[in-house]
Amino acid sequence: MSERAALAATLYRRVYRIRRAEQAIIAHYGENGMKTPMHMSMGEEAIAAGVCTALARGDKLFGYYRSHALYLARTDETERFFGEMYGKADGAVGGRGGSMHLAAPDVGLLAVSAIVASTIAPAVGAAFAERARGTGNVVAAFFGDGAMEEGVFWESLNVACVYRLPIVFVCEDNGLAVDVTAMERQGFRSIKKAVAGFACDYAGANTTDALKIHQLATAARASTLATGRPVFLHLKYYRLLQHIGIQSDFDGAAPGFEKTGYRSRAEYEKARRRDPVRIARLAAARNGCTVAEIKAIEAEIDREVDASLAKARHSAAPDPCTVTDHVFAPTEDTARMERTPPMERTA
Amino acid sequence: MTTATIAAPAETAPRHAGASQGANGTRQAARLLSYGDALNEALHQEMARDERVFVYGIETKAFGSLRGLAERFGPARLLTTPICEEAMTGFGLGAAINGLRPVHVHIRVDFFLLAMNQLANMIAGFHYGVVGELPVPLVIRAIVGRGWGQGFQHSKSLQSIFAHFPGLKVIMPTTAYDAKGMLTAAIRDDNPVVSIEHRWLYWQEGEVPEAPYTVPIGPGRVLRDGGDVTIVATSWMNVEAVQAADILARRGVSVEVVDVRTLAPLDDTVMVESVAKTGRCVVADCDWVSYGASAEIAARIGEKAFGRLKAPIERVGFAPAPCPTARELENAFYPNAGTLVRAAERTLGLSPADLSGENFYSHERRFTGPF
Repeated sequence: MSERAALAATLYRRVYRIRRAEQAIIAHYGENGMKTPMHMSMGEEAIAAGVCTALARGDKLFGYYRSHALYLARTDETERFFGEMYGKADGAVGGRGGSMHLAAPDVGLLAVSAIVASTIAPAVGAAFAERARGTGNVVAAFFGDGAMEEGVFWESLNVACVYRLPIVFVCEDNGLAVDVTAMERQGFRSIKKAVAGFACDYAGANTTDALKIHQLATAARASTLATGRPVFLHLKYYRLLQHIGIQSDFDGAAPGFEKTGYRSRAEYEKARRRDPVRIARLAAARNGCTVAEIKAIEAEIDREVDASLAKARHSAAPDPCTVTDHVFAPTEDTARMERTPPMERTA
Repeated sequence: MTTATIAAPAETAPRHAGASQGANGTRQAARLLSYGDALNEALHQEMARDERVFVYGIETKAFGSLRGLAERFGPARLLTTPICEEAMTGFGLGAAINGLRPVHVHIRVDFFLLAMNQLANMIAGFHYGVVGELPVPLVIRAIVGRGWGQGFQHSKSLQSIFAHFPGLKVIMPTTAYDAKGMLTAAIRDDNPVVSIEHRWLYWQEGEVPEAPYTVPIGPGRVLRDGGDVTIVATSWMNVEAVQAADILARRGVSVEVVDVRTLAPLDDTVMVESVAKTGRCVVADCDWVSYGASAEIAARIGEKAFGRLKAPIERVGFAPAPCPTARELENAFYPNAGTLVRAAERTLGLSPADLSGENFYSHERRFTGPF
């Protein structure tokens, strides 16, 4: 397999794993075993796969509540993912985080937050640490277009530019905050122009092609390391499902959290035709993967997802006695912190 | 009382503070240092000891506690920051979970409120949320206290708010000895530690060994032994409590002063033992009373020493108002040794003593404006 074919195969494998995992969530969410609010990634798979594949082993990543894709693309595993969805002791964070707080510190996915824009500031601090330690690693901070309405986004961009840190700000722009369009929320018409005044570089695309995103992210990573200027990577996508939950706005779905009619069926159909999974499959074939190779990838992922889901459903729940474990890191001093017993009552 | 110096007596500090001995196992020779200089020495020593430690804030003086750090360690380890409180607090988290040991300095705790999202939503729960996989060795120093006509946005004390969130340690060192030892312990701790430092304490002098040492985050300490009534105090209120003890001693009342030192997690052993002995308790916090640290402390004593109490617990704190600026109003807002004497008298059933001849601590003792 050529280098190009291998890359296309890797991207397809990642995109397909994300999609299959979320299809499994949809199939089983109604059984009420996964008691965690789902913010589904369907539609953004190419961004997670493209950027993660461009990053190096030591790079650090920060996400937000819509981070199934980010977690799966970075970890290449589904066992701990489903463990966390089912709130099990062997979940990604032991049943302490659920869908909105996935993390995988062992591979550099350090934090995922349920509050818009909240991980962007820690991402900047992590980039400072990489530079201070002279590692040659970068940080990728993922957020949605809604984060740009938060003060802490601008503060963080400002700090990263002042300190000239190795960071890529990855804006996953679906144009919606729940069901409110960018026009209704933002006092600027162009994200590119809004960040143009900062000492950072901008790159952007409106594509569902993971290969193109990989190329952009590779360049962004190299650029921030070479120049010391942060890069703002602006990637548009279409959110295929509702803001929260497993429903589409179309296909006879029940109304969700959103108002009705906030986007059109024509737009949705257009997005379906450029579905990132379909595009990645075509790209794999175009770049030299055989049909047999593609089908082998799919079969392997199908087995992996089914096995992970089955394992998660039957694995042990966390022990209730551990509810206060890990509130503090162990130190010499915390051993004494247990509440002392009451004094003997003499009156 | 002409000065408010609190020394760490040789027999008291090791017993209650668990003070580390010098490297050779012998106690260091006595040396007086101000609280601010003690903090400064801790930072110098810890930055020299561990190159992962760095310090940052919107200004790099912090009442003298950052003196000489830029010259010695360079601008990469003493950062001046943009005025971005929330981002710079999250920045500390990111640096702490990625191999560094940041010390963030807020010259007014009021500014810290801009960063509460990072503190409460990101930092406090972080270690828990990754099931212990990443420590958060972050120190946030916040300077509180009475200024000079500072008003209601430059004078808060928010210790009870920080102490409310599981996952944060909150310390309030009072003496110069504890200032150095507890800041050293905080920097070496793998948890986020909020250090609340009252600005009037910066001029207080005390005995401080030159060699590095730690004072454990956790236990309180008996600052002054007594048998009739216990004053459990935080931070600056210990200085007022010691003066109140002097005044009451002249009436034959023996006051025990317990310095809480660490508010979270709260180790109530020392205060409960003291109240079990005296049977009377005044809780003095430099903060509002309602829902404040004084409420938690009083509840703990009620839970654990109920049978030993001979009178209701008294609480002393700020007047229930935003902090005013005019001196007459400021004086009415802040409690002092006189307020504590009155509270102690109530628990003891004593008539109010004449305090007109007392010289209470005031701005004019040390600081005179204008800036």
